[in-house]
Amino acid sequence: MSPTRQPKISIKTTERCLQPLVLSQETIAVEIKELNLYYGDKQALNCINMSIPRHRVTAFIGPSGCGKSTLLRCFNRMNDLVDLCRVRGIISLEGKDIYDRKVDVAELRRRVGMVFQKPNPFPKSVYENVAYGLRIQGIRKKHVIDEAVEWALRSAALWDEVKDRLQESALGLSGGQQQRLVIARSIAVKPAVLLLDEPASALDPISTLKIEQLIHELKDRFTIVIVTHNMQQAARVSDYTAFMYMGDLIEFGSTDDLFTNPHKKQTEDYITGRYG
Amino acid sequence: MKFDKASHSEHISTHFDAELEQIKSNLMAMGGLVEQQLADALAALASRDALLAERAQKSDNKINQMEITIDEECIRIIARRQPAASDLRLVVAISKANRDLERVGDETCRIARYATKMLREGVPSNTEVRHIGRHVSEMVRNSLTAFARYDTELAYQVAREDFNVDEEYKFAMRALVTDMMEEPRHVARNMNIIWILRSLERIGDHACNISDHLIYLVKGINVSHSSLEQIKETVRE
Repeated sequence: MSPTRQPKISIKTTERCLQPLVLSQETIAVEIKELNLYYGDKQALNCINMSIPRHRVTAFIGPSGCGKSTLLRCFNRMNDLVDLCRVRGIISLEGKDIYDRKVDVAELRRRVGMVFQKPNPFPKSVYENVAYGLRIQGIRKKHVIDEAVEWALRSAALWDEVKDRLQESALGLSGGQQQRLVIARSIAVKPAVLLLDEPASALDPISTLKIEQLIHELKDRFTIVIVTHNMQQAARVSDYTAFMYMGDLIEFGSTDDLFTNPHKKQTEDYITGRYG
Repeated sequence: MKFDKASHSEHISTHFDAELEQIKSNLMAMGGLVEQQLADALAALASRDALLAERAQKSDNKINQMEITIDEECIRIIARRQPAASDLRLVVAISKANRDLERVGDETCRIARYATKMLREGVPSNTEVRHIGRHVSEMVRNSLTAFARYDTELAYQVAREDFNVDEEYKFAMRALVTDMMEEPRHVARNMNIIWILRSLERIGDHACNISDHLIYLVKGINVSHSSLEQIKETVRE
């Protein structure tokens, strides 16, 4: 057998209920088992089974309305805020079911940070934006907060651009800087998982590349899940890619395989632009 | 997942369909030229026709030009379309097959040059050249047919044929070397034959490469440097 013939991962699928991707060499950060989600009577996610590997970038791609953002929002229970939303199934974060009644949702959202399409800095100074999560946690010592703010801003590749204007309003930053500030705010509280919902879709190409570079640098320290409509972006930044369609997880595999030799025709049609 | 010739159409962008179709057509047209060039070079040797040898040498310029055109088209598609999955494999396979076809053209041109020299010097060709030439021509034709039809089984047959050609080449070389050791006056004459056989053997390898690229395109598995058994397994799974 030629060295290139052995797939790095094996994929077992059934027609409706995709079985978890076997990630033999990965530690699993988030495990999703038979997840069904309903908005009222309408089912938005159908029996999702998948494992999100730790300290890797996992991308969700698919057409609008396929359920990728809905699935992303399940990971920190943002869907709890949606009326008539019901979730059935199990999502385990490092072995513990996040939908367990004993789970402190505020603590869960500290461990699973989220960044949205549109940068949403608070109308406060750059410094206070990053320090906000730490203060909520009850940290009061100035030197501790100073160090954490600098660490987060450096990690978000923003320190050099804002170090002389930490006390200025965050709203004065450019869109790309604001998005990196929001990422700095998320990572300041040291989450386990960082959810990025279309983080660069409102940014220019240079700011987009900076965000992608940042994702690449952060993945050594955080598990990153990104939703993107930009397939080239998914191909550039992610280690694993999941393709969703109409609430189903159609295919989940290594990004290298999925973008060169997808196993499912629906995936092939979508990534090659044949989806009418 | 079923994969056939129609798999590269039906993009939302019909212009993209047309671009992919264009590079496929150009590769096939180039293949036709290379096939004719090889037929001319071998016929020049068999029928001692200097005009055919000259025609084979002249067609190399056109083949080289086509290689550049196809190469540029592939680069343009990669830059502008960022193809993925089977589209990406198609562009990569065509780009590689393009290079192999151009090399077949170069080797054929070399055969035609030796044919001209042998005709000028009155040196006859030999049966091994005719025999291996026929095999190799068939390999080139089959590799192009396989590419045109996305026929992986035929591509596997080409790989199998290459094994036979390599054996015949070794046998012919042994015979020529023995002849030169026994009769040193035959060295100059036999060296021409050896170079022609060497070129034919290389053409067989390029035909085999083209078949490998087709198997990669259809199956998504790189079978370069694989054994015949592995290729068969890949094609039939």
